[in-house]
Amino acid sequence: MTEQLVTPPERETADAGTSGPVRIPVERTWWQRHGRTATVWGVRLLLIAVLLTAWEMTAGSLFDITFTSKPSDIAGRLGEWSGDGTLWQHSWVTIQEIVYGFLLGAAAGALAGFVLASLQLAYRVLDPFMMALYSIPKVALAPLFIVWFGIGMHMKVLLAAATVFFLVFLNTAAGVREVDRGLIDAVRLMGGNRRDIALKVVLPSSMTGVLTGLKVAIPYALIGAVIGELVASNQGLGYLINDAAAQFDTAGVFATLVVLSVIAGVLNVLVGLIGRRVNRWKPIEAQG
Amino acid sequence: MTDVLSAAGLTKQFAKDDQAIVALRDFSLTVEEGSFVTVLGRSGCGKSTMLNLLAGLTEPTEGVVSYRGEKLTGPDIDIGYLTQSDTLMPWRDVQRNVEMPLEIRGVRADERRTTAAELVQRVGLRGFEKHYPRELSGGMRRRASLARMLAGTPRTVLMDEPFGALDAQLRTELQEELLQLWQGSGQTVVFVTHDIEEALLLGDRIVVLGKLGRIVTDQKITLPRPRSVDALRVDPAFVGLHTAMAAALKEGSS
Ligand SMILES: Nc1ncnc2c1ncn2[C@@H]1O[C@H](COP(=O)(O)OP(=O)(O)OP(=O)(O)O)[C@@H](O)[C@H]1O
Ligand SMILES: [Mg+2]
Repeated sequence: MTEQLVTPPERETADAGTSGPVRIPVERTWWQRHGRTATVWGVRLLLIAVLLTAWEMTAGSLFDITFTSKPSDIAGRLGEWSGDGTLWQHSWVTIQEIVYGFLLGAAAGALAGFVLASLQLAYRVLDPFMMALYSIPKVALAPLFIVWFGIGMHMKVLLAAATVFFLVFLNTAAGVREVDRGLIDAVRLMGGNRRDIALKVVLPSSMTGVLTGLKVAIPYALIGAVIGELVASNQGLGYLINDAAAQFDTAGVFATLVVLSVIAGVLNVLVGLIGRRVNRWKPIEAQG
Repeated sequence: MTDVLSAAGLTKQFAKDDQAIVALRDFSLTVEEGSFVTVLGRSGCGKSTMLNLLAGLTEPTEGVVSYRGEKLTGPDIDIGYLTQSDTLMPWRDVQRNVEMPLEIRGVRADERRTTAAELVQRVGLRGFEKHYPRELSGGMRRRASLARMLAGTPRTVLMDEPFGALDAQLRTELQEELLQLWQGSGQTVVFVTHDIEEALLLGDRIVVLGKLGRIVTDQKITLPRPRSVDALRVDPAFVGLHTAMAAALKEGSS
C-alpha cells in the first residue's frame, strides 16, 4: 500500500480516444426490487400450509395412520426427540460425516484433477478407468467399505468422499483441459515457466470447473453419508430412520426425513452461494 | 546494419489424420536491426503461421529461425508478439493484465504499478484500469494488449494485424503513436497487415506474400518521414507504390 493509484471519479471527457460507456443511476422502489421474491416466498409458504392441513384432515379417514402418520404426530415426535437430545446427537453425527466426506473428497478430487489433467499422457491413459469407477453406484461400495473400515463414522465419511471425489475430479479436469491455448502462449511469450503457466493461467481458468464440481457434489455428500448409515450403523439420521421403521414408528421416520430435508435445504443454500460465485467468477480476479 | 531476426527455409505443416496441411513453404527472410518491416498478404497466406515461428511459439517442420545469431528454440522475452487474437487474461483487470510481464519477471509491486499506469495512459485507456477485458470493446482490448506487450520492453516487436478492428480515426492515432514509439527507440518491428495503405504508411520495407508464404515482392519504401495519410494519398510516389503492391497481391494469389 505504498502507492495508491488515484482514479478520478469523474473522467475527463477529452481523454485520448476513449469514448467509454455512460453509466446512469436507476431508481427502483422496494417492490420493483423484491416484489417477485416476496411473491414466490408467499406462495411457497401457502403451498406448505395447504399440504400439511390436507394431510392432517385426511389422516385417519382417507389414509391409515399406521402407514402415513400425520403432521401433528410428526411434530410431536420432533419435539420429543429434540427434548431428550436424540435429534441433536444423531444429526450432529450425520453433519460431521457430510462435512468431512465433502472436504476430503473435494480436496482429493481437485488435486487429482489438476495434476492429472496437466499431464496429457497420464490423463489419456487413466481417463477410461476413472469413468468406469465413476459409473459404479457408490452404494455398491458400502459392503466393501464395511469390511475395510468397520461400521463406524470412517466408513460413511469415505463413502461420501468417494462420491464427491469423482464429481470434483471430472469437473476440475474438464476445466483444466479447456484452458485457452492462446493464454498459455501469452505467458510463454512473457518468459513464464511451467509454474507461472500453472499458477497464473491454468489455476484461475479452471476455477469455474472446480466450483461447478463443488456445487454439484454437495448434495451427493449427504446422499453418501445417509446411504452409509442406512446400510450399517448405530448412530446418525440414517440409523434413526432404520430404527424407527423397524418399530413401525412411521412418525419417527417422517420426523427424520424432515430433519434431512432441512439439512439438504441448508446445503442447497450453500450451493446457491457457490453458484453465484461461479457466475460472478470470470470477471473477478482470483485472490493473490 | 546487422540482421536481428532471420528465417531460413521455413516450412510449416499441420498434420491432420493422414494428411498434412502446408501453411508455409520454404520461407526465408532477414530483418535488419532497427528496421520497420511490413508484411502484406491476403487472408490465409500464412502470415500468422510465419509470425508464430518467428516468435518461437511453434516449431518449424523444416528450417531454422535465428535471433541475434542464435537458433531460436522457444519464446524469448526480448521478442514481443502481439497476436492476432486477444489473449488478455479474462480474470485480470486492465491494470493487472498490463502488469503481468513485469510480474513474471519479478519486478516490485509499486514499480509495476507505476509502469503499467503510464502505459495504460499512453494507449488511451485511462479510467479503465479496473475494467475486465469482457467489459471493454474490441479496440480497447487491442490497446490493452499493446500496452501489455510494451510493458515487457521488447527490442523486437512482432505485430499481427493489430489495428484491424479499430475505427479509422483511432487507427490513425495509434499508427502515429506506434511510429513515435518506434522512432529513436532502436526497436525492430515486423508488422503484418492486409491493408496496403497501412503497410506503406508505416514501413521502411515492404514484403508481399503470396500463397504459402511465397515472397512476391520485397522492397524498400523510401517515402520521406514523417508520413501522414492525407498527404500521402496525393503523393505520386505513394500512388505508384500502392498500384504496384495491389498488383503484387493479385499476382501472389493467382
Ligand atoms: N493449427 C492449424 N492447423 C491446421 N491448419 C492451420 C493451422 N493454423 C493455420 N493453418 C492453415 O494455414 C494457412 C495459413 O494460416 P494463417 O493463420 O497463417 O493465415 P494468415 O495469413 O494469418 O490469414 P489471416 O490474414 O486471415 O489471419 C491457412 O490455410 C490455415 O488453414
Ligand atoms: Mg493471421
